[in-house]
Amino acid sequence: MSERRKLTAAQITDAVEELCIRANTQLPADVQAALDAAQAAEPWPLAKNTLGLLQKNLCIATEKELPICQDTGMACVFVALGQQVTLEGDLYAAINEGVRRGYQKGYLRKSITADPLQRENTGDNTPAFITLHLVPGDSCTITVAPKGAGSENMSRLAMLKPADGVAGVKAFVLDTVAQAGANPCPPVILGVGIGGSFDQCAALAKKALLRPLDVPNPDPYYAALEGELLAAINATGFGPQGFGGATTCLGVAIEKLPTHVACLPVAVNMSCHVTRRATARL
Amino acid sequence: MEYSLQTPLTTAALAPLKAGDTVLLSGVVYTARDAAHARMAALLDEGKPLPFALAGAAIYYVGPTPERPGCAIGAAGPTTAGRMDSFTPRLLGLGLAAMIGKGKRSDAVKAAVVQNGAVYLGAIGGAGALMAGSVKSCEIVAWPDLGCEAVRKLVVENMPLTVLLDAHGGDLYAAGPAAYLQSLQKAAK
Repeated sequence: MSERRKLTAAQITDAVEELCIRANTQLPADVQAALDAAQAAEPWPLAKNTLGLLQKNLCIATEKELPICQDTGMACVFVALGQQVTLEGDLYAAINEGVRRGYQKGYLRKSITADPLQRENTGDNTPAFITLHLVPGDSCTITVAPKGAGSENMSRLAMLKPADGVAGVKAFVLDTVAQAGANPCPPVILGVGIGGSFDQCAALAKKALLRPLDVPNPDPYYAALEGELLAAINATGFGPQGFGGATTCLGVAIEKLPTHVACLPVAVNMSCHVTRRATARL
Repeated sequence: MEYSLQTPLTTAALAPLKAGDTVLLSGVVYTARDAAHARMAALLDEGKPLPFALAGAAIYYVGPTPERPGCAIGAAGPTTAGRMDSFTPRLLGLGLAAMIGKGKRSDAVKAAVVQNGAVYLGAIGGAGALMAGSVKSCEIVAWPDLGCEAVRKLVVENMPLTVLLDAHGGDLYAAGPAAYLQSLQKAAK
């Protein structure tokens, strides 16, 4: 049997602190590449200009050490914890401490209310929204994906009928984009979950947003569906910021799971042109 | 068309604006979003004065990030305006001249914009670092307990904005995509 590896709470906290700041100030390379390609290809002058402003925004954020977007989001933290890792200390407390420090040190906005109805701000952007998976091995991979509310609020889930089939899924995704309009800051990026249970389907949609835009679904059926949805969304003409143009969506990622014979859940986690994620491996 | 405007804004100055025009806005802009709007509504219900005069004013729907030492403001892009829709017609009736945000508004807001000769201006959503560049100073003038949602008085210079709803019923969210799609049809012929 292989030896167990030790990780301390302090190591987790330090990593999360750094990831919160990095994620909010540097766009992932695949998202930047998709934006650059869209700007180069955009035929509509106002849209091309608007995409150029988004590129300029990224440069200013780097130069001035400013967050790319003022909504530095809820700190969604995904942990893939190796089964041979022994943690010294409390993982959840360590992550929250990292969020607390990162949002303070990085001059990031504190956007979390302690209670959904009584709305008092927690003041330090905790708690983190943590998803933990146990995986084989002796390493721990942490991804921080700050999620803004402009797009999160436009996300939807439907329990379709099996008879609705793939046509029903496509119609639901396209209707979600149409209803969202300019609220989620197009060009958008879509994470789509299909199948599973009610709760798993929503989690799948969020998980899909972690996949780089240049990596299609490994299943050719779903890769084709991703391409088809992307083309259909861009044919709407909504354009960047909803001002009109060819670039409404930069990417669609679909994740799927087995489901019940009577179910066809579909969830769309809407995200924006500032789809942020930063990863560290300990 | 591109217009340079200075606050306070008059209906005469706003009248020529058409959806899709560019505005470079200078002067004083007040920030207010969800929680501040709820408190302003409560003050109006009680017959009390608001933290700032609405006549000719511009409200920017924004919750900036904390400023670094030596900077006027942090990242400061627009938030979704539709969340303020239920409060907006009343404020427009009291003289609010311009709103700055992103996203579609309700029919009631559109009607109130026309009725009051006001304007709804779009800032680039998700471009918080870019939008911060036109903010010269920032001071909290009400409800510091609201944190990023506190009411701030911003002095802005040539803030780059796009007319989304004009005083004549023009709506860029309808007209912009339609014009683009029409250009494709023409090209296909």
